[in-house]
Amino acid sequence: MKELIVISGKGGTGKTSLMAAFSSLVENKVLCDADVDAADLHLIMDPAVVRRTEFQSGNTAAINKDLCTECGLCREMCRWDAISAAYEVNSIDCEGCGVCVHFCPDKAIDFPENTCGEWFVSDTRFGPMVHARLGIAEENSGKLVTLVRQEARKLAEEKKLGLILTDGPPGVGCPVIASIGGASAVLIVTEPTVSGKHDMERVAQLSAHFKIPAMICVNKFDLNLELTRDIENYAEKKGITCLGRIPFDPIFTKAMIQVQTVFEYNGKSTVGHEIKKIWKRLSDNLEL
Amino acid sequence: MIISIASGKGGTGKTTVATNLALSIGSNVQLLDCDVEQPNAHLFIHPVFDRTETVTTPVPEIDMDKCTLCGKCGEICEFKAIVVVGETVLPFEELCHSCGGCMAVCPEDAITEKGRELGVLQKGHHNGIEFIHGKLRVGEAMSPPLIKEVLSYRDAAKLTIVDAPPGTSCPVIETMKPADFVLLVTEPTPFGLNDLKLAVGATKILDIPCGLVINRSDMGDEKVKAYAADENLPILMEIPFNRRIAEAYSRGDMIVDVMPEWKAKFLDLYDRIKILVKNE
Repeated sequence: MKELIVISGKGGTGKTSLMAAFSSLVENKVLCDADVDAADLHLIMDPAVVRRTEFQSGNTAAINKDLCTECGLCREMCRWDAISAAYEVNSIDCEGCGVCVHFCPDKAIDFPENTCGEWFVSDTRFGPMVHARLGIAEENSGKLVTLVRQEARKLAEEKKLGLILTDGPPGVGCPVIASIGGASAVLIVTEPTVSGKHDMERVAQLSAHFKIPAMICVNKFDLNLELTRDIENYAEKKGITCLGRIPFDPIFTKAMIQVQTVFEYNGKSTVGHEIKKIWKRLSDNLEL
Repeated sequence: MIISIASGKGGTGKTTVATNLALSIGSNVQLLDCDVEQPNAHLFIHPVFDRTETVTTPVPEIDMDKCTLCGKCGEICEFKAIVVVGETVLPFEELCHSCGGCMAVCPEDAITEKGRELGVLQKGHHNGIEFIHGKLRVGEAMSPPLIKEVLSYRDAAKLTIVDAPPGTSCPVIETMKPADFVLLVTEPTPFGLNDLKLAVGATKILDIPCGLVINRSDMGDEKVKAYAADENLPILMEIPFNRRIAEAYSRGDMIVDVMPEWKAKFLDLYDRIKILVKNE
């Protein structure tokens, strides 16, 4: 079983559009959207949800006013200043540590489990897909990422599919760490901008830190040829395989608006041609 | 006044708007880059940094001479970050949320706290703009305490512009919380709209007024505008796609430097925000 995670460091470099394009180039795979915080892959895949499950994780304190004697101990001990002078818990500030619950001398604090979001197993025109939606302002995105990856793996094993194609989140923090651990490889989609390069370097360091083999491709390469070369030179120095370049082209936006991959939108575009070459190198590299 | 600049979707132009707005206003302004996973604003502002400090979060340190292996620390910890195994206590520092519960519950006073490094905070300035950002250590998962540290530098005597991370989970909420106004930068595409709706949802939960900047406003469809009209969200600025802007951005150049006529537009954006905040 191979698992490829598409990441970028910087947001908006084209991860999801590229991921959608790849999904039409390969059979026998499970699609997985691990960007649970701002998931977008479903907007092109148009999934029919087969199974929907609530995601429960963590707890939030709730003060029972009938039992509370307003002694002030909880407010004193809470490191998040989540309890107001009126003894109400601000659920956004509450970290769910349970310190107030434990120490309350009147046992006046309940600690119900949170429903933080939901996750889905769906059918799409490109095969099965596992995706999720984290509730707005909810925590534990890393745990939900881990969960969707596990479910994608289970589904791939059940259906005897050899590949999991995963759309990852931007950044280098908790959700990205949860996305890439144990993967066969990551593909870093970057762009030739000072911020694209800066963020690519950080996410490449992260992949190296977790010993995940990395590949790279440069989207919108013609916006700045000098930086494109800098990025490729950096990659080569770090042992990251350069898979290719994609020109700047509004076709990605046009296809997205039509709920299509770039191949569905136009079977003969330059962008499509370059993506096919990139996929060929990628699948050789991953020995698919 | 604190203006947080957020988006939901990454790559819509948050940093472009934050930096150009700060530079246009020019004085009595501070820019706090709270995208500590991927701070980028410094690549455009080019601040001279005069201070770098390590930011830590408290984690337990156990004095095994005092510990009786009673296990109460492991019981109270909601994050499975400390556990008694055989004849020792194992703290898992990376899982620790720094709540202090284990230290408070230990009957032997065997637990004290030490700092665990999350990243660095750098403070500098450029042409009258005070600049502060945080940089999360690569491999570190815990960003909110570092974001809080960056935000602690806000100065009530100045206008504070905060560049937020993408998404709508804890790091973004942390960044929006103290704001008087959230400026949401979006693009008129299905991805932009989907993530904009999530970001608007976050501002509603926090009860903070917001307005929109539509970037690459001519590359997409009309659905963001229709949504804004339905939700009564003011569109405060539109930035059409322009290859000169895209190429300037790629080099780290500012729109207001390459096309000075944009300075008036950013100042107008600021005026409109001030009126909206005043009328709140």
